[in-house]
Amino acid sequence: MNGVNGVALGVFFFFFALVTAMGFLAARWRRAENAQSLDEWGLGGRSFGTWVTWFLLGGDLYTAYTFVAVPAAIYAAGASGFFAVPYTILVYPLIFTFLPRLWSVSHRHGYVTTSDFVRGRFGSKSLALAVAVTGILATMPYIALQLVGIQSVLDVMGIGGGESTHWFVKDLPLLIAFAVLAAYTYSSGLRAPALIAFVKDTLIYIVIAVAIIYIPIKLGGFDDIFAKAGDALSQTNPATGKPKGEVTPSSPNQWAYATLAFGSALALFMYPHSITATLSSGSRNVIRRNTTILPLYSLMLGLLALLGFMAIAAGIKVENGQLAIPQLFENMFPDWFAGVAFAAIGIGALVPAAIMSIAAANLFTRNIYKDFIRPHATPEEETKVSKIVSLLVKVGALVFVLGMDKTVAINFQLLGGIWILQTFPALVGGLFTRWFHRWALLAGWAVGMVYGTVTAYGVASPVQKHFGGSNDVIPGIGEIGYIGLTAFVLNALVAVVLTVVLRALKAPEGVDETKPSDYTADAGDPGVEEELPAPTAAH
Amino acid sequence: MPAPPETPETEPRSALPVVTPTRVVVGLCLFVPFVALLWVSSYSRTEPTLIGLPFFYWYQMLWVLLSGALTMVAYKLVRREDARRRGEREDGGR
Repeated sequence: MNGVNGVALGVFFFFFALVTAMGFLAARWRRAENAQSLDEWGLGGRSFGTWVTWFLLGGDLYTAYTFVAVPAAIYAAGASGFFAVPYTILVYPLIFTFLPRLWSVSHRHGYVTTSDFVRGRFGSKSLALAVAVTGILATMPYIALQLVGIQSVLDVMGIGGGESTHWFVKDLPLLIAFAVLAAYTYSSGLRAPALIAFVKDTLIYIVIAVAIIYIPIKLGGFDDIFAKAGDALSQTNPATGKPKGEVTPSSPNQWAYATLAFGSALALFMYPHSITATLSSGSRNVIRRNTTILPLYSLMLGLLALLGFMAIAAGIKVENGQLAIPQLFENMFPDWFAGVAFAAIGIGALVPAAIMSIAAANLFTRNIYKDFIRPHATPEEETKVSKIVSLLVKVGALVFVLGMDKTVAINFQLLGGIWILQTFPALVGGLFTRWFHRWALLAGWAVGMVYGTVTAYGVASPVQKHFGGSNDVIPGIGEIGYIGLTAFVLNALVAVVLTVVLRALKAPEGVDETKPSDYTADAGDPGVEEELPAPTAAH
Repeated sequence: MPAPPETPETEPRSALPVVTPTRVVVGLCLFVPFVALLWVSSYSRTEPTLIGLPFFYWYQMLWVLLSGALTMVAYKLVRREDARRRGEREDGGR
């Protein structure tokens, strides 16, 4: 590509240095008496108020990858990429309904992960293990994609290096970004991303506000943008012989649009990192209040998605669609502001990567290490193991990005979404009823996992033989729909049928350590764990 | 291993039934966005445009705000009813 953009690079480094300093100082922010407990490192002491939770969840759910990938999808195929907007709208009514119950029961029993809850509710270590392993598997490629997000920005700034550069020089900036991330997550835990999320969101909001006004003016207004984009999308794609995309979904694509939005919404809050951010809030009501203000991010995402059309209209030509938006910024903005935009994306990757690695580490420590390897681990030991695992998870993600083709990470992320959705019946089913049988849930999970993986493997696209997309024909309906949702329906059917059978056979049900009132308990009720006195400043 | 009793609930039940009019309204507030957004054929068109944006796009972005407002209503209602349930339980318990 073009040479190094010095001004943009300088601005980028300034912000990067700023958040690095904040990351390390975060350890002192609202510090608790006992900094060695996993609650403290991994859930920030479970005391975050509405605003901190808002920034944390926002920083967590709307990742750098989302910011790069959603407009990139629109750049490539038009309307179908916009499913991210209904998806992130629908996720909040779901969170409103389900997660306060999870918060309550987790605070009564000291659960740190969803897997802790499943074990306590169903008395089944194997079901808990299935949930934990699914969570870790689904999170790893997600972290890898955050690094891909940083990489795309570095590429456009001209410091990613070309193909001819020595691999070490080429990857050095990414390695540095990664080392910084690893170091402050290790020392500050969940407090670091919570604090950095403030900077990230401020930058992103500024960039979007400017982009959505400035770029359309330069391009002659939305009328022109959509007219040009419509022309470009209706061109025939030589690989498929069909138009490249469309501006509004035609009827064959509407099922895919709706199932993808719905399935992804169900999957999003099953991810360990969304749960981690939710459990770190100070009360049930903090969660509910947040679902009323978090949609602001969806509005931002919608505006961002439109940048995909602007990239088409501006005539941006890139081989790798992920570079479309960074390239648009580089072409449209003055250098210094392009630097601010790149910093927003880069920092936007660090926040979720930190939370995700903490969430995966919590799962490993609580549900694999403590349940299967060392049942008598002390809280100090748990925290130590978690910190080390969070490092290992990130190294794993780095190896993924550097060692393998980027499409591998994207394929796995697609699979991760399908997989994580299969933990829904055990978790949400368990939150509302003890009717399901633990073995039936395990069988349903296995069926969903196998069906989803095999079907996704079989999807071919013009450029890939396998994992070519996340949609396939829905058996029995005949329309094209999201594989994850089909797998989820199968999973739920198996769980229901087998529960009826197993109950008739009087198979042992396992011990439920929770009681109904646990699911509605709030901060301040007897027995609700509160490691810290609720800080009033943040409310 | 003996099976746990069917209803392990031992605490005094709240006088309010599980399904109340408030909860029905809350449920509706939370459900309406699903109908509106998953029924894609109802909004998959270009006209009318808004400042050049096709209907498909501005309609869905409008739902970000509508859905947020509906969730806000649900939140207020739930809080009010939670306070009532809680108040009753405390009167009985203390």
